[in-house]
Amino acid sequence: MTIELSVNNEIKTLADKVLLSVALQQWGYGDTKIAVAINGEFVPRSTYPERELFNGDQIDIVKPVGGG
Amino acid sequence: MSYNKPEKDFTLYGETFSSRFLLGTALYASPQLMRESVIQSRSEIVTLGLRRQNPANRDGDAIWHYIQESGCRLLPNTAGCKSVKEAVTLAEMSREIFNTDWIKLEVVGDDYNLQPDPFGLLEAADILIKKGFKVLPYCTDDLILCKRLLDVGCEVLMPWGSPIGTGQGLLNRYNLRTLRERIKDVPMIIDAGLGAPSQAAEAMEMGFDGILLNTAVAKAHNPPLMAEAFADAIDAGRKAFKAGLMQKRQTASPSTPTIGQPFWHQQ
Repeated sequence: MTIELSVNNEIKTLADKVLLSVALQQWGYGDTKIAVAINGEFVPRSTYPERELFNGDQIDIVKPVGGG
Repeated sequence: MSYNKPEKDFTLYGETFSSRFLLGTALYASPQLMRESVIQSRSEIVTLGLRRQNPANRDGDAIWHYIQESGCRLLPNTAGCKSVKEAVTLAEMSREIFNTDWIKLEVVGDDYNLQPDPFGLLEAADILIKKGFKVLPYCTDDLILCKRLLDVGCEVLMPWGSPIGTGQGLLNRYNLRTLRERIKDVPMIIDAGLGAPSQAAEAMEMGFDGILLNTAVAKAHNPPLMAEAFADAIDAGRKAFKAGLMQKRQTASPSTPTIGQPFWHQQ
């Protein structure tokens, strides 16, 4: 059984009941400085290991950039 | 002997700074040019942002490395956010990633001129201050909006000079003078729209406390030199404000004494 979700506006497929911390590793964000929001809500880093992902979730993953 | 007497420090949310120039870190041709510009600007506060990026894309890494190396205080922004919810969420993401509760709050109300949405800005500022943020709102020069932002707990205001990236300078001097006249004891930083050091000097001569800009430096042919030019202009403008400008007059008045004027004879 798999789920489909959006990561930075790209469709990704995952096994059911995958945790956010595992998914981030799988997507290559393991060692990078990031912050995450799911469905427009901020997700604190401390909760990644317990945050379950669901079909249709919209995930935003951001990194530092120059800004004005 | 220096006539530039020490003054009350430039203090924002309890932190004091010797530089009144806040510099943006976007739009430079290379991370190295950004680094050199920050150094030449003598800035102690830099703005930066957060964006979606593919994990394989390491373009932002050098910029982030140089920003950290600069030792400047970080002022993350919520640039591009069009709703209260987006701005609040991005502020929370910024607080975690940059480990600071300072936020340059932007809520865009119109795509054409990127004018801040005053209603969204006020609501977002209220929410963020209740969540413990130190909010530096990018706002219009509307006096009532600025007073309301103070009412919800903002301790700094950042009215625009003109729309972001336009380089048009101070478009509404009446509003800006009124703001300074009516809000005397709160630090006010002119944020955005300045294109030339002379415009920054003018804002400082009017009594504004600091200048925040990005494009005018980043898009100069020689960004580090332009950063230095702005830093000098901001210092000059501040000194002129402290020294007190003369009053403008309609009629000419000779500066050289008229008594003893040669070649003058009683008719």
